[in-house]
Amino acid sequence: MHTIVKSATKTLTIGHDQPFCIIGERINPTGRKKFQEQLRAGDLSAINKDVADQVAGGCDMLDVNMGVPLTDEPVLLSKAIKLIQTLTDLPICIDSSIIEALQAGLEAYEGKALVNSVTAEDERMEIVLPLIKKHGAAIIALPNDETGIPATVEERLVLTEKIMRTVEKYGIPLEDLVIDPLAMTVGADPEAVKITLETIYQIRQRWGLNMTLGASNISFGLPHRHALNAAFLPAAMSAGLTSAVMDGRTLQIVDAVRASDLLLGLDPWGGNWISRYRAVEAAKAAAITEV
Amino acid sequence: MTHDEILKALFDETLVGNAPEVLRLTELGIAEGMTPSAILFDALIPSLEEVGARFERGDFFVPEMLISGKAMSGALNVLRPLLALTGAETVGTFLMGTVKGDVHDIGKNLVNIMLEGAGFNVIDIGVQAGPEKFIAAINEHNPDIVGMSAFLTTTMPMFKVNIHEITKAGLRDKVMIMVGGAPVTQEYADVVGADGFASDASTAVRIAKDLMQKRRASANA
Repeated sequence: MHTIVKSATKTLTIGHDQPFCIIGERINPTGRKKFQEQLRAGDLSAINKDVADQVAGGCDMLDVNMGVPLTDEPVLLSKAIKLIQTLTDLPICIDSSIIEALQAGLEAYEGKALVNSVTAEDERMEIVLPLIKKHGAAIIALPNDETGIPATVEERLVLTEKIMRTVEKYGIPLEDLVIDPLAMTVGADPEAVKITLETIYQIRQRWGLNMTLGASNISFGLPHRHALNAAFLPAAMSAGLTSAVMDGRTLQIVDAVRASDLLLGLDPWGGNWISRYRAVEAAKAAAITEV
Repeated sequence: MTHDEILKALFDETLVGNAPEVLRLTELGIAEGMTPSAILFDALIPSLEEVGARFERGDFFVPEMLISGKAMSGALNVLRPLLALTGAETVGTFLMGTVKGDVHDIGKNLVNIMLEGAGFNVIDIGVQAGPEKFIAAINEHNPDIVGMSAFLTTTMPMFKVNIHEITKAGLRDKVMIMVGGAPVTQEYADVVGADGFASDASTAVRIAKDLMQKRRASANA
């Protein structure tokens, strides 16, 4: 199954036979106090560096979240998307839980966006899915509902099926549905990642859907997070994960993903791996020459 | 083991989150004639305070805080009925819930464990708690502090709604209100009219204790 997303000029395919899709998580003010203050003052300039860093890091797509409390999020998100589309041709993942912001974001965006996200709650699907249909976008959906985040694989699968049925009812093809199997920190529950991996595997086996998740979640509250994130992604990829909203600026983590692409047969003859190596070496050589 | 040795061992084993040993030592202490409040206030609470201090310094991590809290909870299950018998005062009653529209509970649960560890009587009303639920629980449990957790920028506005409804119900002066959760800031807490805010579980305990002190001081004034 292929999920196609586009910017004005670039088309990206997410699928089980494609290299893993790295969605950069950085453009998000949560936990970034200074960035929040800047955004509140209408200053979006920090985004320039976030885009540049993530493009250089090897992201395939950029998540854009403008969830700053006490601001006009729709206006901010719309501005940010327009700005980012002047800086890069990478497709964008429009991230908000506010429907007006998603609407403004979709209207501002040139191309076919991925929207992050909707839950399995009837109320949420009823307002978000018509918007997705109208804009012909793709949607990330989380198998959780008003009762909480399901602790078991089986419950997550039941909700995934509910989402699939509902999405089809709104005339959205399953190709445009990306399930987020829910990644939580292993720091608070030793079984958390095992459950996520098993959910990924089952969704892959049963329905072959594309999936994404917030990969950095798994290491919250733990030291040396880069190493944990870098260990998690190859395991998740083997289970069937096809993309992640993740740290796309850290070499160790991106390397782990690109190495897995090659090892899992998603980068035949190592074309991407070798050109990435050459680019990194060339950058090193350039840095030495400058000194 | 002397009483002092038991206290020392309880402190050390709680610090490393050795639940079976903490439980054994607690029972041993009781059998040896120690008072439940000595076990609580001279070993368990100081140990959890040390855990909190280490966490705030960045020397301890979430799983370590969790297992210490769990070890402490096991001991509390033994001590609680005994403390009730001796009429010992709790540090305070803390009512906690994740706001309506929000199902995130990892952070809330962590705060609960640390609050219990600090000697609070914690009442957890779960996730998706609307204003009616908070109000009913305030009436039922008469808490000193009400804690509200929100993980999303979209559910944070429920703080204000809850506080408004609590005020309307005539209960605002009876309780202190704390708010927290990933996207919450001090500034936001001020705007919604909360009495306290904390960015992590350990800080939450510190702020809750400060609020209790203020509350006691104003009650005595």
